[in-house]
Formats: sequence, structure tokens, C-alpha cells
Amino acid sequence: MTPAITVSRLTRRFGDFIAVDDVSFDVRQGEIFGFLGANGAGKSTTIRMLCGLLRPTSGTATVGGVDVARDPEAVKLRIGYMSQKFSLYEALTVEQNIRFFGGVYGLEGERFATRRAFALEMAGLVGREKTPTRDLAGGWRQRLALGCAILHEPPIVFLDEPTGGVDPVSRRQFWRLIDHLSQQGTTVLVTTHYLDEAEHCHRIAVMNAGKLAALGTTHELKQVFAGRPIMEVQAPSAVAAMRALELLPEVEKTSLFGTAVHAVLRSRDTTAASVVAGLRASGVTATSVVPVEPSLEDVFLDLVERASA
Amino acid sequence: MRKALAVGRKEFRQIRRDRRTLMILLFIPVFFLLLYGYALNFDIKHVKLAVEDRDLSPESRRLVSAFVNSGYFDQVASVTTEQEIVDLMDRDGIRAALIVPRGLSRDVRRGVPVSVEIIINGENANTATTVMGYASTVITTESARYQMAAPGAPAPFVQLEPRVWYNPDLRSSLFLVPGLLAYIGMITAVVSTALAVVREKERGTMEQVRMAPIGTLPFIVGKSLPYFVVSMTAAVGVVLASMVLFDLPVRGSWWLLLLAMALYLFGALAMGLFISTVAQSQQVAFQIALLSSFLPTMMLSGFIFPIASMPTVLQFVTYVVPARYFLVALRGVLLKGSGFLAVADSLAALALFAAIVTSLAAIRLRREWA
Repeated sequence: MTPAITVSRLTRRFGDFIAVDDVSFDVRQGEIFGFLGANGAGKSTTIRMLCGLLRPTSGTATVGGVDVARDPEAVKLRIGYMSQKFSLYEALTVEQNIRFFGGVYGLEGERFATRRAFALEMAGLVGREKTPTRDLAGGWRQRLALGCAILHEPPIVFLDEPTGGVDPVSRRQFWRLIDHLSQQGTTVLVTTHYLDEAEHCHRIAVMNAGKLAALGTTHELKQVFAGRPIMEVQAPSAVAAMRALELLPEVEKTSLFGTAVHAVLRSRDTTAASVVAGLRASGVTATSVVPVEPSLEDVFLDLVERASA
Repeated sequence: MRKALAVGRKEFRQIRRDRRTLMILLFIPVFFLLLYGYALNFDIKHVKLAVEDRDLSPESRRLVSAFVNSGYFDQVASVTTEQEIVDLMDRDGIRAALIVPRGLSRDVRRGVPVSVEIIINGENANTATTVMGYASTVITTESARYQMAAPGAPAPFVQLEPRVWYNPDLRSSLFLVPGLLAYIGMITAVVSTALAVVREKERGTMEQVRMAPIGTLPFIVGKSLPYFVVSMTAAVGVVLASMVLFDLPVRGSWWLLLLAMALYLFGALAMGLFISTVAQSQQVAFQIALLSSFLPTMMLSGFIFPIASMPTVLQFVTYVVPARYFLVALRGVLLKGSGFLAVADSLAALALFAAIVTSLAAIRLRREWA
């Protein structure tokens, strides 16, 4: 099966600034492909190039078999796009928004009727067709925006931080929709800030300062911690514990996780008991020290730190 | 074309729901028409006049009634001393005072030249000039009658007999309405299009639309069409209202009038579009629109200040102000009943302006979208 998206040595400069630097990856058909990275890491610029909105400075990208630099208009027929802004016309009603996007995508008659019904159903807005979009709560608006973006049944969908500013319940519902799309064979490329959302993705690309820092399944990404176990340390003062841990020779680095501290150890041989002992030597009494599986957040922080080192 | 219609339909619905745009499109034309139509009136009538008649003869009474019968002067006081004139003038009771000298009737009958004194309040120079003009017209007419009555008197062989065409009453409203039309058209077309496009940029809907397979041209056509229809309607409305309110004649053909308005508004829409490609926020767009279209239309089109009396440099600037050509065409069609050939130059200039600005806007938009 040919990949839905192929990116090869893609680069985009804005003057002296390199927003996307020599990035290569493939996205398989029907895959949910996550794009992780801090603000300004180059995620949106990459997406804009893939959608044919921005010309690559160098490198190539094909989306649905079409070269984005050569035929951006043909790309637009094959993709759906939705951004964090849920770009609907707020003054218009639900129905009028669907009609507008249907018109822009050239849908008519029977096909439009079916897709309109689908979008209303999906957004959970059946019976509220006459409501102005600005009166909808975030979750509904977001699902309607998704519905409008995929009215024309594109095989590939780009979602640029689709869940920004939406409550957790709506986020969960939204991801169920994305899972559903993927099961039906739609390829989804999604950027997000939320690391828990990244767990929904089949594969994740981590971008940092325009470069691809890592790529793989969550399981594969967590392999960066192979041979570097993580201890979760609870103590009355997390900050004091963190300082004490930093002084221990067996600790590579630490980071704060809520009220706990994650300590990355240099070797598998270090036990929880030896960490407790080490802390007591610095006058810190740990309430618990347990080995934990690395979370995506650990992975992300580790990748970003190493990339900037 | 279907896609353009989809955009156009959406835009129409948005206009209907957007109070601010509706205000700009409908309220402003009416407001300006009434404001300028009634307030911006250069005509002066019923000038309050005091008369000091020192002659008290049939001839002097004739002269005074000639002033009153002209319709421009109302005699509000008869005085006997100069001090009374000063008092009345100070209390703003009168704008002018006529002093008929003793011996007027005697001298006139003898054919001896007589001087009649008129004192004019010069606080407002414009008004004073106009009043002076009225007064000398009355005096000239009267003295011509005396000359005929007194044979042998030195009569001027050549006499100026002014006849004002197209606007025989010299009503300034007739002169202003075409300017108003140009002004209103510019406001509605430039501002509404500029704001409409920039708003899509601000709200992020522009990006969404650009992701869809719709070309620049259908988008622009769809986007401008509703504004074209609305501003065309507003323009026709202004003409109709002026016909009722100010007795505006439409002496030429309506088709020619509509053609001129269409060309002018087309250029104005393109201007709004061009501004939208430069401005990133609605505020900036509004300000640019204000500077680039309101002011030139008001100041440099010949609407208020005649182009011929501008400094040479400014006269050159007026060549790129579309309202200048529109005004010539409008005044021609409305007041003179000019035919196509007479206004062809102006129409061509308007078409050229529209074509150039449209191309500029298209180039900028292509660059922005690519």
C-alpha cells in the first residue's frame, strides 16, 4: 500500500529563520499520525506546506499521491483541514455554514443531502440547524467544524490543534470521532499540545526547533528510557527532594510531575532502597520511591532537552 | 461559478445578520444625503435688510422694492440714522443695509450718475460675496431702466446678460447631489469590501476557505457581488430620493447613468479589495479606506472645491481620483442630459481605473495566497 503522505527532506525558511528543517517521514493510509512539539516547533508550518498553502523552500511532499509544490489545487480536493480556531462563520446558522462549505466543495443534490445529514449527526446538532454558530458551546462548534471540513469525504484529514480550549468530555468525544474516521480508512494527521491525546495516535512525530526529534509508536518512543529506569519520588517538599536527588551520582536528571519528582537513573542496577538511603543522607525523608513506566511527557521532555543540548 | 455563488450567498446572509455592516450600507447613505443635501447649502435667501431712505421719492421706493421683490432680501427695518444700522448689525438683526442718498430722484431724472450705498456684514466672507453679487444684480437692472427712461444719458453699448444653463436657479443642491452620490458610493463600496475580506482574515475563516478547492477568482467574485448589488441599490436609492427631495432632474438616459455608477462602483470595490490585501486588521483597513477614498473623493474630485482653482500639483493628483471622472459623467447625464459620446471619456477613465486597481488587487491576492 502506498503511503498517504510522503515527506522527503522538507524545508521551509522565512528569511534567515528555518521553520522546518530537513524533515522526512511517511504516513500510512488509515493511520492516526500525531505531531507533537512546543509552540513554534514547526508543526503548523509543516501542515500548511502539506495542504498546499505554503510552498516548500526545498524538499518534496506528496499528499494522496499529488506533489504539493506542483499541484496545490489537486491536493485541496483530497484533504480536509480544521484548525484550532474552528473557522466557522459565527453569524451564520449551523445549516448555513454547512451549505456554504458544501458549495465551496462543489457538493450538490443527493450527495450534499447525505453529507449534510452526516455532519449534523456527527456534531450532534440534529434539530438545531437554525442556531447561530456563535451560540454553540465549544464542543459542538468543534464537531461542526470537523463535519464541515470532511463534508467532501477526503481520504486525508489535517487537524491543527483541534481540541484547544475544549472541555475534557468534549475532547474525549472528539477523539472517538477521530478513531472512527481512521477505522473507515481515513488518514488523520493531527497536531496537539496534550500529551494524553497523543496516546490515541498510532505513531507520533516529535518536532523540536524545526527538526524531527523522534518518530515512532508510543512504545517505540519510550525506548529512549531503555536502561534508564525512572523512579517516582514523593516527599513532603518536592523541591527539596529534587535538589537532593540532583546531587546523587546515580541520578541523571530530575523533573517535577505534579507533587512528585521523576528521577531518571543512570543504570538498571540502582534500587529504590538506595535512592531512599541517598536522600536520607541529604536530610530528606521520602514518603515513597517507586519505579514507574516512562510517560509520554517524560519522553517529550527528554527529547526536547537532548535536542537543545 | 457555482462556487462563486456559494460564497455570494453566504456573504449576503452575513450582511443581513451583521448590524454594523448593515448600518454602513444603509444608514450612512441616507444620513449623508439628508445632512449634506440640506445642511451643505450654499444658497443664501432672505437676507435681512435695513433701509435708510433719505430721498423718500417714488424712485427711491421703487429701488427698495426691487431689492425686496428679487426674493433674496427681506426688509426687516427702516432706519433714519447710521447709528441704528450699527446697532442692528451688532445685534445680528441684519446682514445688509441699503442707504439711498438724498436727491436720487432728481439726479436720475437729469441723467446724472448716482451712488447708492450698501453695507454688508462681512463676518462670513462667502456670504458677503454672495450678498454683494445679489445687490449689484438688482442695482444693474434698475439703473438700466433709468437709462432708458432718460434719453441722452451715457448708456453702455454692450450689456452683460447672464443666463445660467442646466441650473437656472443656481441651486447648489443640484450641484452637490452628484458629488454626494460619488461620496456615498465610495464609502459603502470601499469600506464594506475592505472590512468584509479583512474580517475573514481576522477570524481565521479565510484560512479555512483557502484550504478548500476554490480559486482566487470565484472567491473574489462571490465576495464582491453582494456588495456590488447593495451599493448599486443604495446609489439608485440616493438618485430617487434626490429626485423627490431636491427636484433632481435626470435629463439623460437612465442606462447611461447606471453604466457610470456600475463602472465607478466596480472600481471602488476593487479598491476595497486591494486595501484588504494590505491591511491585516479591520481597524487598519478602515483607516486606509478613509485616507485613500473618503478624503480624495471629498476634497479632490471637484465635489466641493473646483479642480480648476486648485494648485497645479493637486490638479495632477486629481487625475487618479475616480470620483473626478464620475462627477463629470454624473453632472453630464443628470443635469445636461449628455449622450454617450459626451461622457465617453469619463466612462473610459472609470473603466481604466477599475481595470488597473482590479489587476493590482489580483496580483497582491495571488501573492498572498501562494
